Amino acid sequence: MHDMPQAIKEHAPAQTFIRKYVFSVDHKVIGKQYFGLALVAVFIGMALSWLMRLHLAWPNLHIPGLQWLSSSGAPNGVITPEYYLSLMTMHGTLMIFFVLTNAPFAGFGNYFLPIQIGAEDMAFPRFNMMSFWVTLVAFCVLMSAFFVGDGPPLAGWTSYAPLSAVGGSAGPGEGTGQTLWAISIAIFCIGQLLGSLNFISTTLDLRTRGMTLMRMPLSTWAWFITSCIGLLAFAVLLPACLLLVLDRIAGTSFFVPSNLVISDQVQTHSGGSPLLWQHLFWFFGHPEVYIAIVPAMGIVSHILVNSMRRPLLSHRVVIYSLISIGFLSYMVWGHHMFVSGMSPFSALMFSFPTLIITIPSTIITLIWIGSLYGSKLRITAASLFALGFISLFVSGGVSGFFLAQPSIDIYLHATYFVVGHFHLVMGVASIFGIFAGTYFWFPKMFGRTMNEGLGKLHFWLTFVGAYCIFMPFHYLGLAGNVRRYSAFVEDYLQPLLPVHKFISIAALITGAAQLIFLYNLVYSRFRGKPATENPWEATSLEWSIPSPPPFDNFGGKHPVVYHDPYQYGIASSTGDYVMQNSPEQIQTVRDDKSLT
Amino acid sequence: MSEADLTMGTHVPGALEQSPFAIPSKKLVMWLFIASDAITFAALLFAYGFLRNATPDWPRPFNFSPSIINVMLMTFVLISSSLTMLIGVRMAQAGNKSGAFRWIFITAAAGILFALLHLREWLGLIAEGVRLFQNPWGAGTFGAAFFSITGLHLTHVVGGVVAMVVVGLRYRRGRYNADDIEILGLYWHFVDMVWMFVVPLVYLLNVKQ
Repeated sequence: MHDMPQAIKEHAPAQTFIRKYVFSVDHKVIGKQYFGLALVAVFIGMALSWLMRLHLAWPNLHIPGLQWLSSSGAPNGVITPEYYLSLMTMHGTLMIFFVLTNAPFAGFGNYFLPIQIGAEDMAFPRFNMMSFWVTLVAFCVLMSAFFVGDGPPLAGWTSYAPLSAVGGSAGPGEGTGQTLWAISIAIFCIGQLLGSLNFISTTLDLRTRGMTLMRMPLSTWAWFITSCIGLLAFAVLLPACLLLVLDRIAGTSFFVPSNLVISDQVQTHSGGSPLLWQHLFWFFGHPEVYIAIVPAMGIVSHILVNSMRRPLLSHRVVIYSLISIGFLSYMVWGHHMFVSGMSPFSALMFSFPTLIITIPSTIITLIWIGSLYGSKLRITAASLFALGFISLFVSGGVSGFFLAQPSIDIYLHATYFVVGHFHLVMGVASIFGIFAGTYFWFPKMFGRTMNEGLGKLHFWLTFVGAYCIFMPFHYLGLAGNVRRYSAFVEDYLQPLLPVHKFISIAALITGAAQLIFLYNLVYSRFRGKPATENPWEATSLEWSIPSPPPFDNFGGKHPVVYHDPYQYGIASSTGDYVMQNSPEQIQTVRDDKSLT
Repeated sequence: MSEADLTMGTHVPGALEQSPFAIPSKKLVMWLFIASDAITFAALLFAYGFLRNATPDWPRPFNFSPSIINVMLMTFVLISSSLTMLIGVRMAQAGNKSGAFRWIFITAAAGILFALLHLREWLGLIAEGVRLFQNPWGAGTFGAAFFSITGLHLTHVVGGVVAMVVVGLRYRRGRYNADDIEILGLYWHFVDMVWMFVVPLVYLLNVKQ
């Protein structure tokens, strides 16, 4: 052992199959594991949304086979209102925690953050492995809720107390299912905290020579900022979930008020406050939406710059804006609680920073659009999805200005307007970031290229489909269509049923279009065109090593970085770009101070 | 698990860009953990304050004797243990291995003493009828808040004692160095500091009037 070079001795490649691919400490394997978990979760989540959309448009539809999943929730395959809420809860929980947090942050972040800063692995490989396996346990606990006696939880992904806290008397899914939800999310928090610790220390401590903070690619910056947000946000959700578990199984009443009557029974709990749950949850919950969107913003910036072959108007301003988004995300949680009976003065105090936080978001968007203006864009599936991200982020963001104001929010809060808003701006936009990242990095991760034609087809179907689904939501909301109802028969909302049918058909088609992506992913993994080292003519460090990268990324050495991350649009020996680790002297075309 | 598996610690000098904080990765992670854990305690204390303010018949059960005397004794033990930990860290930094090991074990013993005093107090309160959901004096949420906050702190103390035994033994065998002892010390001082928030907020505010 002693005569081996230090770097190799520290981190020898695993030999057995189990250590190599299952309990691996290699950040690349862990990244792929997170990605795979997110893929499983996203297709389950999508299937659940299909069931909901089918039921909303055709309330009496018999869905064959559904009674096998839940005989009480869907007798004869017709979804009961309670089971509808369960589907919605599981859809939201899966999508927010196991897809939007796992894929863009933990998945791509694990795989590419160490490579982009020139490190051979994360700072704490074992913590890294633990964080994935803890997350997988959380996923299994959540999934087991489908198969317990009284069905999966139905309190929504926000699990509002007191219904989530009083136990089985509150409804069919509020027994064991809700307990499993709280335990699952508590476990998930531990995994994310471990991951965040690792991301931050890796970024700060393992940057290779020349990789100053300002020379880190924007994707790395986004993952770094996200992990700073996550470190504090999940630290609040963890005790909140533990208190919820205590309320449910130990008889405490943190979140249950006195003399609460549920199902004609006076609850034995007393003295707690449902609002306390809302405060604790949203103190985590609002930063969480930035945990979902900031990595996507970083990935999109990284890809756009490569496709338009010129640097962004300002690298620094994007970074500062992302940092201020991260900071401000902690000051706005009350805007989710305008309808909770909050004092109008408090509401104003939350409304104001909510409007302020749109400023850095707008600055970043304008930088993207301004940089795009007049550029010779290379149209690829990845760049199309990056453009789609901007479009969805703007469309969904604009309704945020309305919802930030308490007087308007009170009318719109419990309607489909809010559902449309967050699906566009956070859900689908972040998913587009994941898609863009997948098409862009797939050659590096698997050594093969995805089919561009299928990718573009997938983009257009998904892009048009997403608008067809979520734009009408805003109209429904303005028309007063309440959310979380399982059907709109025999009431004043029936005239809106055709809109629901349109949305459901669009959702089915858009969902089916995702099978193209799945096919492309699986086919390209085994039969795709072999990828070269740098197929996109990109500049960052991940493209300076073979595809797929060897075990310790840089062959036991550390690269030396000479340039800013995005040296595109300049005359050099390689073409119109210079890689970060190329010692070539260059003259930047743009005399841009922000890039020095 | 060997040290080498845990971190990517050593590199050829000059191969890496300088970290903005001139401390090893492990120490950085401990500081980050402390920040995160402080937020967790803050959330619990916020929950307690939220409920306490909203409850008119909040009980104030603590008499000077024995409750507050016991708490003062516990506080004395815990603060003293921070001092003994400091001596241990200093000795480790000076290269006095057996001295450091001895003082770490004294600290661990103080942690155990704290936990025992705490358990005695808990058992006394339970004997008086305090439960997670009721007590003889007023709002039932008192017990929930009291036991969850002090329980989480006690868990941290017990975890710290276990860590001291494990790290101390490994340090003596040469697998851990003085830096690791310092990181252990950081954690222990943090546990101590949390107690400085728990005592006034959970005990002194609830003294019988």
